[in-house]
Amino acid sequence: MTTTNQPTLREQVEDFLFREAALLDDWRLDDWVDLFTEDARYIVPTTDLPEGDPKRDLVFIDDDITRLRARAVRLNSRHAHREYPWSRTRRFISNVRVTETDNGELAVNSNVLVYRFRAGEGAPYVGSIEYILRRDGDDLKIAYRRAVLDLEALSWHGAVSIIF
Amino acid sequence: MDIKDLIIDDRERGVFRVHRSSMTSDDLFQRERELIFSRCWIYLGHESEVENPGDYRRRTVAGRPLFFARGRDGQVRVFLNSCPHRGALICRRDAGNTEVLQCFYHAWSFNTNGELIGVPDQEAYGPNFDRDELGLKQPPRVESYRGFYFVNFNPYAEDLVTYLAGAREYLDLIMDQSEEGMRMVAGSNKYTMKANWKLLVENSLDGYHLVPTHQTYLDYISGLGSDDSGQTAASRIVGKARALGNGHCVIESPVRNGRPIAHWHPLFGEEAREPIAQVRQRLVDKYGEERTFRMADTSRNLIIYPNLVINDIMAITVRYFEPLAPDNMEVTAWHLVPREESESMLATRLDSFLTFLGPGGFATPDDVEALESCQIGFRATETEWSDISRGMLRPAKSTDELQMRGFWRQWHANMQGHSHTNVQDAPVEEAEAALALADD
Repeated sequence: MTTTNQPTLREQVEDFLFREAALLDDWRLDDWVDLFTEDARYIVPTTDLPEGDPKRDLVFIDDDITRLRARAVRLNSRHAHREYPWSRTRRFISNVRVTETDNGELAVNSNVLVYRFRAGEGAPYVGSIEYILRRDGDDLKIAYRRAVLDLEALSWHGAVSIIF
Repeated sequence: MDIKDLIIDDRERGVFRVHRSSMTSDDLFQRERELIFSRCWIYLGHESEVENPGDYRRRTVAGRPLFFARGRDGQVRVFLNSCPHRGALICRRDAGNTEVLQCFYHAWSFNTNGELIGVPDQEAYGPNFDRDELGLKQPPRVESYRGFYFVNFNPYAEDLVTYLAGAREYLDLIMDQSEEGMRMVAGSNKYTMKANWKLLVENSLDGYHLVPTHQTYLDYISGLGSDDSGQTAASRIVGKARALGNGHCVIESPVRNGRPIAHWHPLFGEEAREPIAQVRQRLVDKYGEERTFRMADTSRNLIIYPNLVINDIMAITVRYFEPLAPDNMEVTAWHLVPREESESMLATRLDSFLTFLGPGGFATPDDVEALESCQIGFRATETEWSDISRGMLRPAKSTDELQMRGFWRQWHANMQGHSHTNVQDAPVEEAEAALALADD
C-alpha cells in the first residue's frame, strides 16, 4: 500500500514535459533555457530529412547552450519580427514513452501538437520530440531535445519562429 | 494600367518606382508565367543531387511537375512528370534510385533514359504502335553550367551561357572555391511565404535592410566576439552593387564575420584556424592574391534572373522560389559545400549556415515577416508605388538598390514582350564600374 501515491517514472517525466510546455506557452523562455544542461543540444531536422544529422546534413536548428540562450534573448527582444508581437501557442503533449538507459539517463519520446495563432491566422506544428533527460537531484534536466516535424514543408508558418 | 507605365525610371531625377499592382494582379501573374517563366532559363537542380546512375529527384519548376534522373549511361536527363499515355505522375517520390519507373495507373514502364519499355497488353494498340513516340517528354531545352541544370520551355531561347551574361563569372568565382567540385548536402529548407516572389528577389539582394531587420543576428554575432567588433555594424556593411545583364544582379561586400572559404572568425573555433589558412594558401597558389581576395574576403548575393539566388556569405546557399499566386510562393533552399572538405570543416560550415540562414535561423524568419508584411501593406492600394531609387545618382553601394533596378528593368522589358537580347541594348547604370571594394 506504500506505492499508491508514488508517481510512476512516466508520470514524473510527464509532469516535467507539461511544465516545459507551460513555460513555452507562457513565453517564459529564460526559465525554459534553465531546464537544459550545459552540454545540451536542441535540434530540429528539416522536413525532408527527419533523420538528418547536423554534423553532416542541413537541419533547421542545431543549438548548443550558447545559441539556445541567444535564441531566448532574440525571442525576448522586440526585434525577432516574426514573433513580435508574440504569437499565441498551445501545446499538447501525449503518447509519452520512457526508457531508462544503462547510465541512468531517461530516453523519452512524446507526440507534440503546437497550435500557433498570429496575425489572423492559426495552424499547427505537428511532430514528435525525442529527449534525453538527466536526473538533477529530485528534478530532471534536458541534455538532448530533438524535435522532428511531420509537416512536409513549412507551408503554413513559413518558419520555425517559435520553439517547437 | 498599361504595362509600360508600371515602372517609373527617371535617371535625371534619380527616381525609380514600381507600381504595386505588379505584385498583386492576377493578370500580371499569368503574364509572368508566359513571358518570363516560359521563356527564361529556370533553375532545376544541381548534378550532385543525382550522383549515381538511377538517382532521381522530382521538383516543380515554372509550374510544371518535372523530375530529373541520371541514366545508366551517366547522363542527366530532365522529364516532364506526366505519363504520355493518360497523364498520371510517373515519379511519385521526391527522390530515390531506380532502374524502372512504372506509372501506377495503367502500368506503362519507362527506364531512366525516358524510353517506354513496357506496355501491358500492347497488342491491343495494333501494329503501328510506336514505343519511340511515347517515351517520357523532355522540356524543349535543358542545359547546365558548372553542374547547375536549367530548363527552358522556349525552344528558340539563346543558349544558357549567353543568357547567364555577367553572372557566369560569379558562378565561376563560387565554384572555383572547391578543389574537387561542389555538392549539395542532404536536407533542404522548404517553406512558403505569403508574398509575391519578386519581393524575395529584392530581399535577397538588399544590403540596406540588414542592420534594421536583422539586429538580433548582429547582436548575437558580436556577442560571440567578432574580429571587427570595434566597428559599428553600419560601417561594416559596405560594398558594391552590379547589374550583370539580362536581369542578373549581385551585391558584393567585404566579409563581415568569416567565411569557411577562407577567412577565419572566432565563431569557427581555434581548431579551424589552420585548416582555413591552408585552404587560403591553396587558393593563392592556384588563382593568385587578387582572385583569392575576392573568393575569401568578399561575400556576394547573386540573383540569376528570374528566381534563383545564390548567397555566398557565411555559407553558400542556393535558393529557388516557385511562384504559386501573386501573393504566395514556395521557397526551397539548399546548402552547397566543397566535396573535399574534412568532417570537422564541414561541421563548422554547417554550423555557420545555421547562425543566419534558414527558417530556423536568426534572420530568415524576420525576412518572412518583412515580405508578408509588405504584401499585406499592398492592400492599401492608394499607396500605389514602391520606391527603389536608393543610390541612383551615385556609384551604387551594396546598401543601395541598383541591383533591384537591374532586375526590375529586365522584368519590365520581358513583360512588354521583349527578349533578353533586346534588353541588353537598353541603358544600364554603369556608375558602379569604377568603384573598387577598397574605396568603401
